[in-house]
Amino acid sequence: MATTPNKPNAAGKPAAAKNTQQGFVYLPLIAGWLVPGAGHFLVRKPIRGALLAVSIISMFALGLAMQGRLYTSAQDILDMLGVAGDLGSGLLYFLSRAAGLGGTPVQTTVADYGTKFIVVAGLLNVIAAVDAHNLRTGRKS
Amino acid sequence: MHPSHFTAVFLFALFASTVFGITMRDTPRKMFRYGAYCFALFIGSVIVFSWVMFLIAR
Repeated sequence: MATTPNKPNAAGKPAAAKNTQQGFVYLPLIAGWLVPGAGHFLVRKPIRGALLAVSIISMFALGLAMQGRLYTSAQDILDMLGVAGDLGSGLLYFLSRAAGLGGTPVQTTVADYGTKFIVVAGLLNVIAAVDAHNLRTGRKS
Repeated sequence: MHPSHFTAVFLFALFASTVFGITMRDTPRKMFRYGAYCFALFIGSVIVFSWVMFLIAR
């Protein structure tokens, strides 16, 4: 649920008094999508950004190391969902595709785990980017 | 890389719990507590369902 950014707190000061940054309000959202954790760095939450970056990039890299599949085409509904999940990783996905990384097709259980690691890394990155946007707009402190 | 099933689950739970904790709570203390809670649920549910599948398969 959205809260009012300038709602006074117990001290009588606006809750989002620090949120006086100027500029494009969607920049943390877009930056956070393209580069994991970048959105939090832009809203001056470097520790959160670093932890998010380490978690998401590690998960994506582990998925590739396990020979997980990068979804590249949408042949059916499950593939479409896979592409949507992978796209959440932003530049990681595009760079990995450009470098020809990722195993195809999945032949082992570990490779299937790797595919899920890659998809979930993308979905977690979307959550992190939205969180950065909420910090930027003052919905979250 | 060929981690064991439990290692894969452990790493998955660790990273997912970190992101959940940071994004779902406001203060560092609540973030840590929620992340630890999610991690315990991930690992605990895996152990429970693993035993359930083991018993079903017998």
